[in-house]
Amino acid sequence: MTAATPTSRSFKSNARAALADETLQRALGNVKTGFIDKRIRAAARLPEFEELRDQARDIKAHTLAHLDFYLERFEANAVAAGAKVHWCRTAEEARDAVLEICRAAGAKSVTKGKSMIGEEIDINRHLAGAGIEPVETDLGEYIIQLRDETPSHIIAPAIHVTKEQVADTFRAHHGHLPADRPLEEPRDLLNEARGELRQKYIDADVGITGANFLIAETGSSVIVTNEGNGDLTQILPRVHIVLASLEKVVPTLEDATALLRVLARSATGQEMSVYTTFSTGPKRADDPDGPEECHVVLLDNGRSDLLGTEFAEVLRCIRCGACMNHCPVYGAVGGHAYGWVYPGPVGAVLTPALIGIENAAPLPNASTLCGRCESVCPVRIPLPKLLRHWRTREFEKNLAPPTVRYGLKLWARFAARPEAYHRLTGLAVRVLGHFGAARGRFAKLPFAGGWTSARDLPAPEGVTFQASWAARGRGGRA
Amino acid sequence: MTARRDEILGKVRSSLGRGRLDGAALAAVESRLEAHRPGLVPQRGQGTAGERVDLFIRMAEEVATKVDRVASLEDLPDRVARLLAAENLPAAVTVAPHPALDSVPWDRRPTLTVRHGVPAPSDLVGLAAAHAAVAETGTLVLLSGADGPTSLNFLPETHMVLLRASDVAGAFEEVWARLRRRQDGMPLPRTVNLITGPSRSADIEQTIQRGAHGPRRLFVLLLDDLAPDEAGDG
Repeated sequence: MTAATPTSRSFKSNARAALADETLQRALGNVKTGFIDKRIRAAARLPEFEELRDQARDIKAHTLAHLDFYLERFEANAVAAGAKVHWCRTAEEARDAVLEICRAAGAKSVTKGKSMIGEEIDINRHLAGAGIEPVETDLGEYIIQLRDETPSHIIAPAIHVTKEQVADTFRAHHGHLPADRPLEEPRDLLNEARGELRQKYIDADVGITGANFLIAETGSSVIVTNEGNGDLTQILPRVHIVLASLEKVVPTLEDATALLRVLARSATGQEMSVYTTFSTGPKRADDPDGPEECHVVLLDNGRSDLLGTEFAEVLRCIRCGACMNHCPVYGAVGGHAYGWVYPGPVGAVLTPALIGIENAAPLPNASTLCGRCESVCPVRIPLPKLLRHWRTREFEKNLAPPTVRYGLKLWARFAARPEAYHRLTGLAVRVLGHFGAARGRFAKLPFAGGWTSARDLPAPEGVTFQASWAARGRGGRA
Repeated sequence: MTARRDEILGKVRSSLGRGRLDGAALAAVESRLEAHRPGLVPQRGQGTAGERVDLFIRMAEEVATKVDRVASLEDLPDRVARLLAAENLPAAVTVAPHPALDSVPWDRRPTLTVRHGVPAPSDLVGLAAAHAAVAETGTLVLLSGADGPTSLNFLPETHMVLLRASDVAGAFEEVWARLRRRQDGMPLPRTVNLITGPSRSADIEQTIQRGAHGPRRLFVLLLDDLAPDEAGDG
């Protein structure tokens, strides 16, 4: 499973397999218990939280409207601090830039902090292909790298894995350790990973991190972690590479601070993540440690095309993961079913934009449009609205399956003729009500197998809503 | 490379439906950038110096930072030795080459082995000096520089940080303002570490474990240097 080959088109079968996977379902239970309550508590503790969300939205909207200006300023200030900025139009150009830097550094091994851009450009496979060993250092990323899997969540990449599976994976890969060591508790597993990775940090020639923000005012990149792995990754090797996409730039330190105030609270319910690190260029003349070279690989990969379109608002995303934590569809099927790098509601909007709607057509339908994602988004991205825009595009491009297309056409013909529509729905309600009166629900129904295979259909009681409304007096208030 | 850069910026501009910013529009974003005005700052941290210190301690302890007050730098050798003994750790510490830490009379505690400089991977305890702290979230601010090796904040399993009470700010914005005054030429040192508690991970079944890659323990040695009238009732 790699980022290079999206399976988003087969979302339906991916989802079916995920629903039948008992281990996955057990692991997904952890999404529901952890994130939601913690976010609510963190938000409730800060009286200004809702106002801070408005401010965060406005900062990102302002920056996107002047993105060219802020990117130029970021570059000028990063270069003044001694960094090199590599502008890349595509994933391929970004991979080449990284490989070139690694080759010039004579790198044999590269440590990596968590980076979604790293996933987007599929950098690990390309580093390995060039004979350079990539070592993921975030605990979750390390686990899934050993398992040859991709992240299933943008901030908790191994949320689909149970601790028993982690133990099996460690036993299979850490063959030099005693076979009878205890690995039952998360504590044991964490300590083992800590021990394994220590020397890797020290041996690495290059360290690659992502960036939560780039700051135009100072030319800095900012990473946010809880483990400290991103810091060991960037200060110990001789070369530091930052992978970032265009929309990560913000104007000032004050703007980054405003966004940090909503980031951790929305993501994990922390007041602040443990480590927030601002890095500006390579080490200075009298610094006793730190990297001698600093490179920023700045990736477009389709984002500049989104500006000015009805999808531009998705570029405000600060990758907190709150939308997926609160999504009933994500909670049921997990992240891998979405078939590419970004899962959940934001993934369903971003994926069609980055790999083309023809490669991701079902994703905008992987939503009940319940609106929980929008209600928790720290930068107030109207995700349901953007999903509806993609559904329109999908229909216009003839990408919806024939049953959906003909079904919608048939429905539209009736909907355009209210008299016929009311007569038909009235008849359906009477017939279903008559046959379903005894049990109150249907376990099986012709043409409705898709619904009844997983749950019962409630039998209608009484008349249609329209008829009931009319009986109360047209437009009157009951 | 410049061709790619120009193409990307050109696409950004054409998607935004305009050319390069100029005139009043350019002046407006330039002045926004230069003014770097603070936005909404939470009320929480806006108290007297004494209240800020109390809030810092509360917030820091909430995330498992241990805070220990010291009356003077002369108390440091004993305090460090006692904390290490209480944790069953060897009496050896790698100390940042910082003027405040250099002035500590370490020889008063001859059983404590003190080394100054960059930590070796095998060093178990590091002691650094904070540039500032933020009461709002119980966060320490540490800077890289000749007096601050960044690896000292991450390699040793036990991280100790000297913090002056007078350096506890209410909010992050105060720290940025102070940093802008301090640095000459360069806007920031190479690394600014905002540290809120010891290292942790919830990557295995969402259960929080301490000491993922960075320090397992974080001790703040809080130097009481507030004048009695500043300390207030807090």
